[in-house]
Amino acid sequence: MAVAPLHASAERPEIGSSPVHRLGEQVFDAVAEVGDVAQFSVLTLVWIVRRRSRWSVLVPIFYAIGVKSVSVVAITGTFIGMVLAVQAHHQFAMMGLATRLGSVINISIVRELGPVLAATMLAGRVGSSMAAELGTMRVTEQIDALSALGTNPIYYLVVPRFLACLLLIPLLTLMGDFMGVIGGAVVSTQILNVDSFAYWKHTRDFVDSLDIFAGVFKSYFFGAAIALISCHRGFNSRAGAEGVGRAATEAFVFSFIVILFLDFVIGLGWNSVYNALWPQSQGLL
Amino acid sequence: MSQGSARDGARGDDLIALRRVSMRFRHQAVLRDIELTIRRGETVSIIGESGCGKTVMLKLIIGLLQPSQGTVQFDGRDIAGLNGKELVQMRLRFGFLFQMAALFDSLTVFDNVAFGLREHRFCDEDAIQRIVAERLQEVGLPTELAAKKPAELSGGQRKRVGLARALAIGPEVMLYDEPTTGLDPIMSDVINELILQTQRTKKTTGVVVTHDMKTVTKVADRVVMLYPLARLGEHEAQIIYDGPPEGLETAEDPRVGQFVRGEAGERLREMAQLRHNNGAAVPAVRAAQCLDQKREIGHE
Repeated sequence: MAVAPLHASAERPEIGSSPVHRLGEQVFDAVAEVGDVAQFSVLTLVWIVRRRSRWSVLVPIFYAIGVKSVSVVAITGTFIGMVLAVQAHHQFAMMGLATRLGSVINISIVRELGPVLAATMLAGRVGSSMAAELGTMRVTEQIDALSALGTNPIYYLVVPRFLACLLLIPLLTLMGDFMGVIGGAVVSTQILNVDSFAYWKHTRDFVDSLDIFAGVFKSYFFGAAIALISCHRGFNSRAGAEGVGRAATEAFVFSFIVILFLDFVIGLGWNSVYNALWPQSQGLL
Repeated sequence: MSQGSARDGARGDDLIALRRVSMRFRHQAVLRDIELTIRRGETVSIIGESGCGKTVMLKLIIGLLQPSQGTVQFDGRDIAGLNGKELVQMRLRFGFLFQMAALFDSLTVFDNVAFGLREHRFCDEDAIQRIVAERLQEVGLPTELAAKKPAELSGGQRKRVGLARALAIGPEVMLYDEPTTGLDPIMSDVINELILQTQRTKKTTGVVVTHDMKTVTKVADRVVMLYPLARLGEHEAQIIYDGPPEGLETAEDPRVGQFVRGEAGERLREMAQLRHNNGAAVPAVRAAQCLDQKREIGHE
């Protein structure tokens, strides 16, 4: 039997080579990707209900995602509080409002900076790591091995990571809030000599439990988004070191964009609810 | 030696059947109109050049991939028609030894071998301890290795742990993806012996994807050779040999003999033609000039 020429297909007109074809292909890929993430998310939720994860699987993942993130979130929170105090003090002092620093710093931290920064740190520290770990498992056929052994990879690999991010990010957010409040207070009252009583009085007047709840509420969505995006990138990692590296980078970048988008959307939604409940107020945004 | 015995042992009924199976990844077609039947008890070796779709075929058989066209049947049932539970039950009738063993990095050797038993709650922890010890012993690994992580093992040890993990769930069918790739000749022979031992003692049906002709002649009852689609004409069949291992050398198709003997043959002519088409003659002269310059600089 004669061997076919190496480039037998090269004589045929190449399909999809024009810019319009390529653009169409990219749009198609993007839509398919969104659909794939949605399907991945639904499967994750189904497996949470369908079969309970074993403690022996959950505990190490909760430890790696939650406990090991405490220090980085605490340090970030502290410095954000301190920086806010330094930056805001000059402006407020010029207007003779230095005693109001507490309200500005603390409301900023509990409503916005605490949740968003805790989520950003989690996306950077945990999201990339999850994508790289699962990407390596994909490339080395460990995910196929799980399926071959009759275990659903979403149940075994994604559900514990999703639960860890979902359940622990509120605690990390509270930790970040607390350290930010402390950091801001120490700099304001001990270094910038703002009156301590006035600082805390204004804080108490402006920050209430609903503000803290608003921040923690958002964090659940951030945690879920980080877990789903990072695990999805890992599951769809391409072969080789470059593929795994790319999955890790994409996990952080996409998570960060989605965190900011969710922050905006939830902020709008929360404000509408707040205005509906208390029409006289200025809303939460 | 295994050929006769295992062939005689085959009960003649079909266990795995690929019916007009085609597989395509985006723009790349890998398999086309594959017709293949594997009988219960026989060991089929799938050979062919890298990239011809051997591993893809293995993953289609166990349902890790879905064919773009055609059907894959196991024990008379179309895999695509199985629900989630049935698919799991079907997969538990298979053992899969992956090319790089695919051991779970985060687990110890013991936990890797015990994985399937624990996940599906086949038995209590005492029985699991016993089964894992037995499987490790069968593949010739000391029980002291059980506490180690996969990263601490050699290539041969990893393959043997992978085999022990696959055997722990008591499969009817063993799928081996290039079981001897990356191993030294002695360890390759050990793995071949373990495959034979598995056939004899567990009476498993086997599908062995390999490039290694020693493995083929030692373990296979039947050989199927695939040819890469990129080199085939539109109407040529992708399976270019299906028969006993002893018939490989005398096969009518010259491509079979070339592969078995490891002759580059046609490839060298194609490479020369490719170089010619790309105008490689001129760069070759330039490369030679560069090397001369480099030598002169070196002498200075």
